[in-house]
Amino acid sequence: MTHRARWAATSFTSLTALACLIIVAVVAIILGNIAIHGVDRLGLDFLTRSPEHGVTQGGIFPAIFGTVALVILMTIAVIPLGVATAVYMHEYAAKDSPLVWLVRLAIQNLAGVPAIVFGLFGVGFFIQFVGHGIDNILYGGELHYGKPAILWASLTMALLTLPTVVVATEEALRAVPQSYREVAYSLGATRWQMIRKVVLPQAVSGILTGGILAVSRGAGEVAPILFTGAAYLLPHLPTRLSDQFMELGYHVYVLATQSPDVEATKPILYSTVLVLLVLTFALNFTAVMIRSRIRRRLREGR
Amino acid sequence: MPTAAKIETKDLHLWYRTFHALKGIHLAIPSRGITAIIGPSGCGKSTLLRTFNRMNDLIPGARVGGDVLLDGASIYRDALSLTQLRKRVGMVFQRPNPFPLSVYENVAYGPKIHGMNDLHGRVRRSLEQTGLWSELGDRWHVSALSLPPEQQQRLCISRLLAVEPEVLLMDEPCSALDPIATARIEELMIALKSTYTIVIVTHNMQQAARVSDYAAYMLLGELVEFAETDKVFTQPADSRTEEYISGRFG
Ligand SMILES: Nc1ncnc2c1ncn2[C@@H]1O[C@H](COP(=O)(O)OP(=O)(O)OP(=O)(O)O)[C@@H](O)[C@H]1O
Ligand SMILES: [Mg+2]
Repeated sequence: MTHRARWAATSFTSLTALACLIIVAVVAIILGNIAIHGVDRLGLDFLTRSPEHGVTQGGIFPAIFGTVALVILMTIAVIPLGVATAVYMHEYAAKDSPLVWLVRLAIQNLAGVPAIVFGLFGVGFFIQFVGHGIDNILYGGELHYGKPAILWASLTMALLTLPTVVVATEEALRAVPQSYREVAYSLGATRWQMIRKVVLPQAVSGILTGGILAVSRGAGEVAPILFTGAAYLLPHLPTRLSDQFMELGYHVYVLATQSPDVEATKPILYSTVLVLLVLTFALNFTAVMIRSRIRRRLREGR
Repeated sequence: MPTAAKIETKDLHLWYRTFHALKGIHLAIPSRGITAIIGPSGCGKSTLLRTFNRMNDLIPGARVGGDVLLDGASIYRDALSLTQLRKRVGMVFQRPNPFPLSVYENVAYGPKIHGMNDLHGRVRRSLEQTGLWSELGDRWHVSALSLPPEQQQRLCISRLLAVEPEVLLMDEPCSALDPIATARIEELMIALKSTYTIVIVTHNMQQAARVSDYAAYMLLGELVEFAETDKVFTQPADSRTEEYISGRFG
């Protein structure tokens, strides 16, 4: 190597190292700042009590509960729908089917739609159309489902995360060797038996990865639930699907902008953000644990 | 030639879209015993084999003309149950391809999808038939992928035997194995041939000579010659067969 080339190589290495360092530093500063300011108030009281005096005192339990409930309901909705879509596209439809082409185009576009548009869609479709429809048919027009509710917020969130699950599932299905499908057929399996017993078990890891990405995204978005179910302040917990709910991300927004006394709520704000971060990590971690358990079970062939 | 044909093809044609891969095959494979299909690469051996359990149905654009009879009944008739056909006519592939499951689950797979009774006994008998039962001892629950290739291939044969097939189609079952492993699979085929009708595709002339009772020579999608193996190898009726065989034994 010439002197010049060596110098260029060294300086490039240092530059890449510097770039990494900057990223780590930024993350450390953000997390450190939140942790230092947020940890003071954090305690059993804060985690288990409802907000009091507007939002300037008390805890955030309803928001924690609401967030977890939202994410679980969203997962229950998005995984079956996303997996079914991907299985249809990859295992049933012909490769050159125009329907598949259309669905794939729709999903790609869906992935590019801003979250707030999903929120508006949720209001128009789920609340105004489906919700009012249910009220008219089942309750004679009495208002039950034609208003913001945790059900509609979860479904809106499920739509937002649908592309993630579909794409991850298709990817996972593509990774299942064709030879496994052939063997299953050659033993006399029907298509469904082949999918159920060979393809899905092989793909489950990748499917769950999609689920994990969906959970991460869902736990952090506020816009889709803004008009579809999140409440400013609800001292009690949602007990029915048609109830509204508090959510941590939205609560952060409320604390930061809507509080009657911004300075007084600042410590609460920091702690809430900290809880939101920890909860998001915890939800992710749970999903990863579930995935590795299922992986282990499959590897042992049970 | 013996009388009762297990599989009989009648003016069998196959097209991959516009490519004419099988051109009017007339062939009667006798019940029991081993029939070898030989011929140069690309002549349609695998294609012919896959018409016997209709695996070609899975290939978009593949079209069949003529007919294939199993025990005298068409397998291309409308009322036929594909799953029942494939249960009767099973297949062993070129590369050992066990599912990434335990040995036990691999063998149990077929009986489970067909809802067959006595799962345990069935798995055990199928493993005994290929000699894996005594070799593996209590290692039923190890992953099939942890076995050496030769045991994997025998496991694939066990997996097939577990659904009680009548015909075993083997497409170059030893081409991924070393000579010692190949010898073991050949032994196994010879042990199985009194119970099953075995059709094997092979590139290995010595193997065809060693194991098969009948041999079919194919060239460019046509069946050139079909007779007892001895006859095909020592006094072929067609000069093209002779050329190929002498070239291959070389
Ligand atoms: N899915 C397919 N689509 C189009 N053409 C095909 C397809 N499968 C096979 N062919 C063609 O059909 C002919 C017969 O193929 P086949 O695989 O039956 O040959 P083979 O005798 O088994 O060859 P080999 O000894 O290499 O395995 C070949 O020319 C091949 O290129
Ligand atoms: Mg072949």
